[in-house]
Amino acid sequence: MTARIGVVTFPGTLDDRDTQRAVRVAGAEAVPLWHKDKDLKQVDAVVLPGGFSYGDYLRAGAISRFSPVMESVIEQAKAGMPVLGICNGFQVLTETHLLPGAMLRNNHLHFICRDQKLRVESDRTAWTADYTVGQEISVPLKNIDGRYVADERTLDMLEAEGRVAFRYLDMNPNGSLRDIAGVTNEAGNVVGLMPHPEHAVEPLVGTGRTDGLGFFTSILKKLVNA
Amino acid sequence: MARVVVDVMLKPEILDPQGQAVQRALPRLGFQGISDVRQGKRFELEVDGPVDDAALARIHELAETFLANTVIEDFVVKVEDAEGAEKVAGYAK
Repeated sequence: MTARIGVVTFPGTLDDRDTQRAVRVAGAEAVPLWHKDKDLKQVDAVVLPGGFSYGDYLRAGAISRFSPVMESVIEQAKAGMPVLGICNGFQVLTETHLLPGAMLRNNHLHFICRDQKLRVESDRTAWTADYTVGQEISVPLKNIDGRYVADERTLDMLEAEGRVAFRYLDMNPNGSLRDIAGVTNEAGNVVGLMPHPEHAVEPLVGTGRTDGLGFFTSILKKLVNA
Repeated sequence: MARVVVDVMLKPEILDPQGQAVQRALPRLGFQGISDVRQGKRFELEVDGPVDDAALARIHELAETFLANTVIEDFVVKVEDAEGAEKVAGYAK
């Protein structure tokens, strides 16, 4: 049976089609989910893609957090369903408090768009099992609200529990504390990161590499073996 | 109808690059002697009916769950009287 991976579209979402394609390239079935629907259509996992949901009004991800679809996503995520938040999706996950910390305007105040090198810091999440700890990958990054912050105690806790999933390499593009590019929840089923693995799953586009494909093959393997 | 104002500010320990950019522009504009600027958000809520304790409690909850992200922001809830003067009705850090 093919794994069904839901991809949520909010008003203002941009990367839902790329994400659906990445899911299919990895060999799973992509199931479009609409922000107004509570029904998750019996998907096995959910991806919250990048963009500017609800125009990023108030704060990035703040209004989406109260959408009907997120009520179901939050409930299922707490019950163990794998959820990946990319860029705006990561912002939504911090607003829901499924992931700790918060996202703020980049320290240089500019929108940034570049190929970003990352170091994989955890292979113990549902979305990173196909990577190895210490592996360096390159995926596109594009955002203006990408500065990850949390208080010192939370940062220490994340480090101690191995919950920093990705760190920026070579340059910190936005002033994120401790060069954090992505984090996971305690159970490892919820992961958020600012850069865009879904734009690096085919050699023709993005970085010209397929370094992002591992996210989607990881989850597929987990669901098939489950 | 009464007006309740919710002021939201980044916590003091959180870097505010927008405020800093404003502060750095001040000498260029001829304003001297301002050593720091921090930028926040102000929400003006027009409330139907009386602003009693119950209404204020609900607005406090609204501010805490939605208008402010308390991971990074503090907020203050104030009631404006008829003359437009504000009095602090609730304070949260």
